[in-house]
Amino acid sequence: MSEVDIEQYKINHEPFYHVQEDEINEYQAAYNARLPVMVKGPTGCGKSRFIEHMAWKLDRPLITVACNEDMTASDLVGRYLLDANGTRWVDGPLTVAARIGAICYLDEIVEARQDTTVVIHPLTDHRRELPLDKKGETVHAHKDFQLVISYNPGYQSLMKELKQSTKQRFVAMDFDYAPTKVEQGIVEREATIDADTAKKLVQIGKVARNLKGHGLDEGISTRLLVYAASLINQGIKPTSACRMALVRPITDDADIRQTLEHAIDTIFV
Amino acid sequence: MRLIADMTTTKELPDELITLRTQLKCSFEQIDDVFEDCIRDAQHRLSKQGVKDYLSGASLICMIGRGVEPVLQFLEVIPEMADRVGEEVISLISQGVWEVSRTPNGVSIPPFMATLGEAARRLGSLELIKQYLDILFDMMERTTGSIHGHHTTLPSPGLPHLLAQMPYLLSQVSIEGLQNWIDYGIRNYNDHPERQIDYFTLKSADSRAMLQRERHGTLFADNERNLSLYLQALWQDKEYLAPYSTAKDENRLQQPYYDKVGIRIPDVFDDSDTGIKGIDRYRAMLAHMAAHRRWSTKIIADNYSPFQRIAIECLEDSRVEYLATLEYPGLHKLWLALHPIPDEEECTKTDASCIRHRLAMLSYAIKNPQHGYKNKDLLEFVQRFHDLMLTGESSTQEVAKIAISYIARTRRQEDQAATIYFENTEVEYRDDNRHLWVFIEEGDEEEQFEAPEDKEFEEVDSLPPRHYPEWDYNTKTYRPDWVSLYEGLHPSSNANDIDSILAKHSALSKRLMQVLDLLKPQNFVRVRYQEEGSELDLDVAIRSLIDFKSGSTPDPRINMRHKHDSRDIAVTLLIDLSASVNEVPEGCEQSILDISREAVSLLAWAIDRLGDPLSIAAFFSNTRHDVRYLHLKGFSERWNDEVKARLAKMEAGFSTRMGAAIRHAGHFLSNQKADKKLLLILTDGEPADIDVNDDKLLIKDAYKAVSELDQKNIYSHCISLDPKADEYVSDIFANNYTVIDNIERLPERLPQLFLSLTK
Ligand SMILES: Nc1ncnc2c1ncn2[C@@H]1O[C@H](COP(=O)(O)OP(=O)(O)O)[C@@H](O)[C@H]1O
Ligand SMILES: [Mg+2]
Repeated sequence: MSEVDIEQYKINHEPFYHVQEDEINEYQAAYNARLPVMVKGPTGCGKSRFIEHMAWKLDRPLITVACNEDMTASDLVGRYLLDANGTRWVDGPLTVAARIGAICYLDEIVEARQDTTVVIHPLTDHRRELPLDKKGETVHAHKDFQLVISYNPGYQSLMKELKQSTKQRFVAMDFDYAPTKVEQGIVEREATIDADTAKKLVQIGKVARNLKGHGLDEGISTRLLVYAASLINQGIKPTSACRMALVRPITDDADIRQTLEHAIDTIFV
Repeated sequence: MRLIADMTTTKELPDELITLRTQLKCSFEQIDDVFEDCIRDAQHRLSKQGVKDYLSGASLICMIGRGVEPVLQFLEVIPEMADRVGEEVISLISQGVWEVSRTPNGVSIPPFMATLGEAARRLGSLELIKQYLDILFDMMERTTGSIHGHHTTLPSPGLPHLLAQMPYLLSQVSIEGLQNWIDYGIRNYNDHPERQIDYFTLKSADSRAMLQRERHGTLFADNERNLSLYLQALWQDKEYLAPYSTAKDENRLQQPYYDKVGIRIPDVFDDSDTGIKGIDRYRAMLAHMAAHRRWSTKIIADNYSPFQRIAIECLEDSRVEYLATLEYPGLHKLWLALHPIPDEEECTKTDASCIRHRLAMLSYAIKNPQHGYKNKDLLEFVQRFHDLMLTGESSTQEVAKIAISYIARTRRQEDQAATIYFENTEVEYRDDNRHLWVFIEEGDEEEQFEAPEDKEFEEVDSLPPRHYPEWDYNTKTYRPDWVSLYEGLHPSSNANDIDSILAKHSALSKRLMQVLDLLKPQNFVRVRYQEEGSELDLDVAIRSLIDFKSGSTPDPRINMRHKHDSRDIAVTLLIDLSASVNEVPEGCEQSILDISREAVSLLAWAIDRLGDPLSIAAFFSNTRHDVRYLHLKGFSERWNDEVKARLAKMEAGFSTRMGAAIRHAGHFLSNQKADKKLLLILTDGEPADIDVNDDKLLIKDAYKAVSELDQKNIYSHCISLDPKADEYVSDIFANNYTVIDNIERLPERLPQLFLSLTK
């Protein structure tokens, strides 16, 4: 195997993460026991950021894979590539992580098809190994390797439910949009914006989250609130920034747009 | 006396007016009383020719033999009207009146003349006036003597009533709206003089609904969802919104309110004079009530005098608005723009009670620091209010204390006056505060403070009716809000009855079970372009090989695999419970109802096993004013004893107004999340109702309802138990129906049919 440059997967600066509860200790415990972790929660509530933060804290390389429907098992494990000179094996990200002892983060795992997700099974029990059937090799995971998946219970249909046999292999941590004060702090710090504006943005976020299930699949994420704040920092009028970052991306429903715009206009006066 | 007066006026006419008077060929002496004033007005406003037309027009009207009244009306209204829209209108009117006089509609001439002034002011141009006259003459022609076709001597029943409503109508709708509204009335009520009159006097519900449709402004009907979202998003309040009609008489003070049944708000809002949009006026109103719902608590009314109560209401209104603005500062501007601005001095010159005026000033001053009022007491209490609010949310009880001492401090002798000064005291977005009070003892005072109840709304103790339109195929238009549908939970009896039905059919259910189990692994779909799969996809494989041989990178996705489609279907079963299902068909031992009950039980059992979300409802109707929709099973309910007990109680009655029931079922289904949505309708005959003579009407409406559902991706399928159904059922459901000829086999056929539909 060609040497893998571990350093490229290392996180060098502390990613800002605002603690909500006891999640850091909990995660650390899971890592010490090398238990696979599932982080659950709506989009943009800080799951990925948390994992980045933990990888930094534990000084482990982090390999993130954004899952999607077209992804096959080979995309995770690796494949032979054919070229004019013959064939060449290339490790997939999961295999790389297992070899170098990285944290492998499979983001939005339910997006991947179920026959793809089963390849992680042997890595998640006591075997901690990854059979590369095509290559005829079994990779024994590095002692520091850990598997993390993220999972958004909000928008999947019955069709996209994780299999019980998959779920039962993880310890889980629940995430949600942070409580008002904390979320304000996050927006303030992430976008370097004043407290009052941050407070108002969070208030708008809450208004939208009240509409979940009434035409909105998800409310406005913390990520979008940070975006809005960044636009305001760029000198865009708050009401316009909110329309750009908080209304247009999430819905085309005229009634919902009007409602959110009205909220924006009564909150930013 | 009289004689002298007449002589003097005639005598006093200056010379030039005497000649003009002779040009008016009309000898009623009442004319002489007003002639000078009218002719001076005409000379002032009109050209020479105009004055001439004016006099000859009046002469013409004098000749029609309807007495002096129309002549006087003409003389009075024409100068201003012609001045406004042009002199051409003069002969237009006199000729028009002449035409009318030659029909049996002479009685309508005075009311017609009476509308002209308002019409000219509202419409403002000759073109629109012409259009206005055309509409009226057209209406007159179409409604005159049309009963049985040949009684041409019968006057139009609706015309005088239409004319009497005209000033109001013109204030509500544009000329196009007027035309549509009138047109609708003629089309639907030309054969029924009484109903025509009800329509044109705005007494019938559809008349008002139709007018609303044509109205300018922001209609509640168009914004229901928007407003519900507003409540939900900003206030986390899910209350039911119901509109009240503003169409009746404009003068009655209608205030919004809320009670156990829901929040009641006007059916339409124009933009305000201060430029606030209709939708924002709605929001201002909802925000105010939502604030009460969040921060107000009930207090005991009996402890306070009527004056104390209105003062408490006023300050409580101010308090909840204050709190709401802390959360949504933008509301301040909105509310302020809608708040009246009482002048400090305006109530001093009357004997009326100024109590409301004083409170309105207090309320305004609390809102607007730039109020400019000088009264010391007022200023002190504004301060006390703000001091209180600085301490936190405070409470209804706390502001009540301030309210009472304000009343005590500012009490005056005149407060007891019989009349109350109302000007500039009404805050349009504030509700009547009925929610604030608990009455311990029933007293006379209570009545005084109860706002007039809307009868229609109170009749039903549960949900207010839902209104659905009905399609009129003759005119290819919807009759808006034509059908009132009441929904409720079906009563129940004994669940065991259903269990014994299932036991009776145990052989059948065993057979069904096999089908049910088969249903799951069937139906494979092929997924191509897979790197790994169960089979080689030959086409792709060859292409890849060619690529490879020719030296370029081949596509590795050369396999395919199969997967089975998983079920994601929501189903509603809608059962026709019209009286005819009580019949026992020839050769059967049970009534159609009993057989249906068995079939439905089996179906529900089967679907429950499959796990598809299923709802069951039944309907019947007794005229368009009363369509019943009864829930037997909700989507989220399992197949349990409660559901069975309701099925066991299923009873039949009345008629089959299918369209509204289909629309209502569609309403629920469209809220379901499933990929596929299926509405099964189980019926034993064609749609019919006792207030409809035209057989085709309800069939066409049902067809329309089915197509509406189709657009919402809801698939409808009819199971008809009427052997003669082929004659009409395809007119409603196209090919999507099954006729069950041998009714006794329904319990077997129904689940089978469902399964084959959803395979
Ligand atoms: N607890 C938190 N601390 C710091 N930033 C956060 C936190 N929660 C959310 N964010 C902000 O929200 C953004 C989106 O978070 P992310 O972790 O990508 O969401 P998720 O993975 O849950 O979809 C981050 O980039 C960050 O700006
Ligand atoms: Mg993420």
